[in-house]
Amino acid sequence: MPEALTDTLVMSGRALRMSRRNVDALITALALPVMLLLIFVYFFGGAIETGTTEQYVTYVVPGVLLLCAGFGSSNTAMAVVEDLKNGIIDRFRSLDISGAPILAGHVFASAARNLVATALVFALAFAIGFRPSATWAGWLAALGILVAFILALSWLSAAVGLLAKSPEAAGGFTFFVSFLPYPSSAFVPTDSMPSWLQGFAEHQPISQVIESLRGLLLGQPVGSTPWVALAWCAGILGVSVVGAGVLFRRRTA
Amino acid sequence: MTDRTTTTAAAPPPAAAPPAPRTGPRSTAIEAAGLRKSYGSQEVLRGIDLTVPRGTVFALLGPNGAGKTTAVRILATLASADAGTVRVAGHDVRTERARVRRAISLTGQFAAVDEMQTGAENLRMMARLARTAGGGRLSRAAARTKAAELLTRFDLTEAADRLAKTYSGGMRRRLDLAASLAGSPEIIFLDEPTTGLDPRSRQELWSVVRELRAAGTTVFLTTQYLEEADQLADRIAVLDAGRIVAEGTAAELKRRVAGHRLDITLADSAAYLRLAPRALHSDPDARVLGFPTDGGAAEVRALLDELDPAHTAITHFTVHTATLEDVFLTLTGRPAPQSSTPQPTPPQPTPPQSPAPQEPTTPQEPTHA
Repeated sequence: MPEALTDTLVMSGRALRMSRRNVDALITALALPVMLLLIFVYFFGGAIETGTTEQYVTYVVPGVLLLCAGFGSSNTAMAVVEDLKNGIIDRFRSLDISGAPILAGHVFASAARNLVATALVFALAFAIGFRPSATWAGWLAALGILVAFILALSWLSAAVGLLAKSPEAAGGFTFFVSFLPYPSSAFVPTDSMPSWLQGFAEHQPISQVIESLRGLLLGQPVGSTPWVALAWCAGILGVSVVGAGVLFRRRTA
Repeated sequence: MTDRTTTTAAAPPPAAAPPAPRTGPRSTAIEAAGLRKSYGSQEVLRGIDLTVPRGTVFALLGPNGAGKTTAVRILATLASADAGTVRVAGHDVRTERARVRRAISLTGQFAAVDEMQTGAENLRMMARLARTAGGGRLSRAAARTKAAELLTRFDLTEAADRLAKTYSGGMRRRLDLAASLAGSPEIIFLDEPTTGLDPRSRQELWSVVRELRAAGTTVFLTTQYLEEADQLADRIAVLDAGRIVAEGTAAELKRRVAGHRLDITLADSAAYLRLAPRALHSDPDARVLGFPTDGGAAEVRALLDELDPAHTAITHFTVHTATLEDVFLTLTGRPAPQSSTPQPTPPQPTPPQSPAPQEPTTPQEPTHA
């Protein structure tokens, strides 16, 4: 379908240009990872016992990566709300552009923003003592899982944007997604949590993704965890793409 | 995401409707019959029939909440009607939506351009996305040429590389219109194109509409300005509370009222208040009342005698061709909601008895955010 491909390319270029110029959001998206990493390593890190021999910075980097990816991806909702509000989606539709390329453009821009933020986190982490011991394959696998997570969450966020009646409502989703890494193994080992919480914390998708990243980056045996993580991402992605399609048609009927 | 599919299972073919009069399908741009639409329990359109010949300008005139935007959205394939049939550019909007979309463009009430892109970027993007009638697309280079051409045509070349958010209202409107022309559509829908524009920008937009018509493009516009419809449209339909209450050329509509209006200036306010309930037009400050007439000497003489048997109440009179405002008043029983040329009428101290009771305003159209 070369037509849909052209549409998607044009839409991605558009979303990319617009996110590059949205300076406020860009600064937040890049400053947040830096601040979080410094806060966790220097404020909390000294008091947290992870039960491993690595430095806390090495333990926490995957968590910070995920927190930032969640935050960055959820901004897609705001972009979609904005498009619906200013009527440009109607204009695209009257040009016979379907919903998928429009949303895919935003998801693509979200992935690009997030990868820049990810690079920044890694650079800073190395500077303050992050020492992974991953193989090349491990690095690639970790990056692949991170990208899958970003894509899944960005599509989910696009669907939320179609559901939201206002930018504020879309902002609520950002809050929810940013909160999810806390009840997981992102910042502290789950066995330090009360037992009723452990079940959720160990099995929620974010823990699976974090454990995969941590294991792969540190060259530890990971078992089937990366596959479970990928399955979660694929599931969220599939449901979101289908859901966004339905919501787009309903919202624009 | 099959927004582009050309068949919709939920839309049964209009079996009950008589076969569409396809006498020269290429000569009719828009053809709507029995259009109905409700949002919840609120009936927005209550059976609308429209025919717009190719290459003409058609104005749908009506107050806020009359259903104009809903009608345009249905004609432009963005909303579906509950009942009725619509053919645009010879294609059914339900079953051949993609073909319709290739032939049309829509400019909504609010400028739909990306503020965080420059004017040139906005136009290049639209030119890349627009499909030509044959279904093909412009290459990157051709889109660039098209965008440059539109920038020149709409006098935006100097501002081409500035972000659209820095544009004035008039510039933004021009960019919006330029964007809708990127695909060289044969039918253009303009939903209240001049609402909120200053007089100069309005004049500019009017001349664009005239150029489009001269180039053979069909223009369907909605407006609440009587003067705008009068100035631009070959045919006008007056929409009120979801029904078309009149349709015809501006001249035909004016004739439907009576053709002319006799305006009389009254000597005192007692006479004014006595005659005001019968008047079509009233201006309490100048103590002027207007009455419909055919403009013939005999009828004017008889009317003057009838209004003022004692020959003392009327000091002056004038006779002139009825305005569209008179038409609106006669057809809907309400004054036009907003005059196209804002008259500096100060707050009326003693509002005269209106000829028709002031209806509660019609319910607002649902907004399409």
